[in-house]
Order: sequence, then C-alpha cells, then structure tokens
Amino acid sequence: MIIHHPLLGPRDAQEFTFLGAATLIERPDWQAEDAQEQFHDYLHLRDNPAGEHRELWFHETGDRSWLVVTRNTLTHEITNVEMARDVARQKGRSK
Amino acid sequence: MRYSGLRVIKEALTGHRGWKPAWRNPEPQKDYDFVIIGAGGHGLATAYYLARHYGKKRIAVLEKGWIGGGNVGRNTTIVRSNYLLDGNEPFYEYSLKLWEGLEQELNYNAMVSQRGILNLIHNDAQRDAFIRRGNAMILNGADAEMLSVDQIRREYPFLNFDNARFPITGGLAQRRGGTVRHDAVAWGYARAADSLGVDIIQNCEVTGFRIENGTCKGVETARGFIGAGKVASCVAGSSSHLMAKANMRLPIESTVLQAFVSEGLKPVMPGVLTFGAGHFYCSQSDKGGLVFGGDPDRYNTYAQRGNLPAIEDVCESGMALVPAIGRARLLRIWGGNVDMSMDGSPIIDRTDIGGLYFNGGWCYGGFKATPASGMCYAHLLATDTPHEVAQAYRFDRFRRGNMIDEKGMGPQPNAH
Repeated sequence: MIIHHPLLGPRDAQEFTFLGAATLIERPDWQAEDAQEQFHDYLHLRDNPAGEHRELWFHETGDRSWLVVTRNTLTHEITNVEMARDVARQKGRSK
Repeated sequence: MRYSGLRVIKEALTGHRGWKPAWRNPEPQKDYDFVIIGAGGHGLATAYYLARHYGKKRIAVLEKGWIGGGNVGRNTTIVRSNYLLDGNEPFYEYSLKLWEGLEQELNYNAMVSQRGILNLIHNDAQRDAFIRRGNAMILNGADAEMLSVDQIRREYPFLNFDNARFPITGGLAQRRGGTVRHDAVAWGYARAADSLGVDIIQNCEVTGFRIENGTCKGVETARGFIGAGKVASCVAGSSSHLMAKANMRLPIESTVLQAFVSEGLKPVMPGVLTFGAGHFYCSQSDKGGLVFGGDPDRYNTYAQRGNLPAIEDVCESGMALVPAIGRARLLRIWGGNVDMSMDGSPIIDRTDIGGLYFNGGWCYGGFKATPASGMCYAHLLATDTPHEVAQAYRFDRFRRGNMIDEKGMGPQPNAH
C-alpha cells in the first residue's frame, strides 16, 4: 500500500506503524459522570467496519507525524489522508 | 453409513457405487430450537456436540458460502496446548484431549498426527519464560519437555544453530502437539452432525436479526426468515460485521493472517517448529509441502488477502532459521480474516440480547480450539452457563479488568 502523506507525498506503508480506528483521537473526559463506562468503550470497543475505515497511522521511519487515513478494508484502497493534528484541532482536541 | 476398512474393500470390489453423500442438503424449516450462524469448524463442532452430548434436537447451521470455505480451510493445521495463563491452558488442553479422540468419535479420518511441536529458545530470558510456561502446562495436565541443543540437533539437524544474533540454545517441546487435516475436520463434524439430524444449510447468508423487546426471535436470511429459540453467532473473522446487524460493537478488530505452502519435498520436517527470535512456524504436510506462516498484516482488513511486506517478513524469518528453505519454491499463499480481540483471547458468551449468543475473537489461533470451542459453546447454549474450562472467555472481562493477555501486550489488537 502507498500512503499519500500530506507533507511528504507518496510513501510506502512499510514506513508507518498502524494503531487502529481514528476514534482513538476522541479521548473521553475523565471527569465525566460516566467516565468509567466511556473509557471502557473508548479503549475496548470498535466499529471494525467492512468498508470505509478511518484509522491512525504513525510515520515512524519518516517525519514521525500521525496521519488519519481513510481506507477501504475490503479493497485496501486509500481515499483520503489527513494530518491527525488537523483532525484533532477540528474537534477542539489540540492547540 | 459407517466408514471402515471392510467398507473400503467392499466398495473397491463393487466399483465404488455404494458411497453416498456425507451430508444432506436440506431446505430450511420455518423455525428451529437452535440456529448456529457459520458452518466453519467451530459452528459445525457446536452443532455436533449440541446434538450428541447435550441431546438437543431441531438444530440448524447456516452458512453464507459452503462448508469449511472460511478459516477452517485457511489455517496452518497446527494443534497444541502450550499456553501459560490459567484462563487459557485448561481450555486448550481440553481441546487437545478432544483432538486425540476425535477420529473415533466422528468415525472420520481427520489425519490427527501428534508429531510434536518445538518452540525454540535463543536467550536466557526466553529460557526462563519457557520453563515457566512448561511448568504451567504440566500443572494443567498437559505434557512439556525442555530440550537441549544436542537433542534438537538430532531431530532437526538442518537448523541454523549458530546464527550470530539468534543462536539456538534450547527448546520447549510438547510431544502431543501436531497437525490435523483441516478440511477433514469440517467434513467430519458436518457428516456426524448431519447424521444426528442437524440441518446444514449452505448458501444461506444471514442478513439481519429479528429482535423484539430485547429478545432475538430469529434471523433474516437470503432464503427468508428463520425463527429460532436461540441464535448462536460463530463467524470469527467477520464477527463485527455480523453483530453490527444486532447493533453490537465488539472488542474486536479484523485483520488478515497469511499462510504459505512450498512445493512438495521428501520428508524433512519431523514436527511443528517455531522460531523464537522472529515470528515463523513451519510443519510439513503429508503431501510434502512445507506449510508455514508468521505475523499477521498489522492493519484492519476483511480482504482475505494480504500484502507483500508480511510475506517478506515471514520468508526472512524462515531463511534465518532454516537456510535450506531458500531452495524450495513457494507454491501458494493465501490469507484468512481473523478476529483480533483486545487481549488476544477468545469470547464464548451470552450477549445482552436475550437468545443471542456469541463465539469469536479467536485471533490467529482458532483451529486448535475447534473441538473445545464447539463443546463449550454447545454447553453454553444448552445450559446457559459457561463450560468449566471456558469461564474466563466472557465479554465483561475488559470492564472488570480481568483480561487474558497471554502475550502481555495490553489492549491493542494489532500487537498480539
């Protein structure tokens, strides 16, 4: 697989390590009433779809940035690549 | 029809006209007491034990494609019970004991071959860990034996013992481990279950669950609605995809594990061999091909095919351990979808939906578990209580913090 890095262009997927679903960006509020339940779901449950999947890849042997890659789990086709920090900022997660 | 030596001779003398199909191809009835989704090894074993050991009737097994077209036909056929943790070892040892009596029980030649499995040791820390594992195995009634380098040299003289980075310094052997002809497992269970009246319905994909007031009443299928007292999901590899139809999210990610077969060779590999410094395991099939595998492709996929980097990694590990393997040509590579659970261990449990049960999360080790998985799932379906050796395989172990993390990797499925 080739991942089109927004800054570095097309890179071999071998340069990256895979973490999992991009929902991992949305860390729950630890002070919420039901924080324990939210963290259980956040840590352990996954949608795991057969089809389009947004997921986190880490450019370990490159610029060490985190990417959000939209990839089809049936065909391995990659349709979108974003910087994870941009995605997190849009969600108000990062400054 | 019972199979026997006498029968083979009789058929040979009469032109093989007396053989009959090993199972029926029935039309689905309107409703059943038990509907098992997935006619793979685990689903067929569940149906068989439910009928044979728990005396249940009106059982159907629904299959999207054909019997054994999924992971029971896509694995590397290894059986063993060399686990460490209390939640796992009694289960896998029970499974190995069921394998030992399987062919007599099913009256089917599944080619169970206890040729032994050897886990190689390359450093002192690994030796300590394997001694501990071996002791855990013996405490749970399994067999384990530490081998010296000289003993291993006698059995596997062709290994690269003096690799500068990964010298072989010993090994943990389980003599009762080995291989089983994987397709024959599916066929044997199918034939035995069918003869007890179980309806095996192929080409019957489940497209949804009918859930009323929190209770599952049956399944919508490609061949119409089928009512059921109890519905049992048994589709490891596609568990999340199926259970999403019941609005369930699972502690599972799907990935692909590739397996490899070389051209046929004369007998060279006496047992099952695993490399301790990389991920590589190898045995030789009765047809002569070296059957081997290694790491899964570490990303989510349902594609049933992998990518080249994983193939390269497996082949490099193979070359590091068995340099001679480089002279054999690779004939076939294939991939099977696997449920990777958060802690690397399976789930056999009820769900929060009444009448709906779940069996999955087998990661890349489901084949060896087939008989025990079937027996434990049948026990759960028949009695609504977990089987003695499967008590740890609950959904709520993540919530309770009682993960069965055999490899000590934490809640990250692609690390197991």
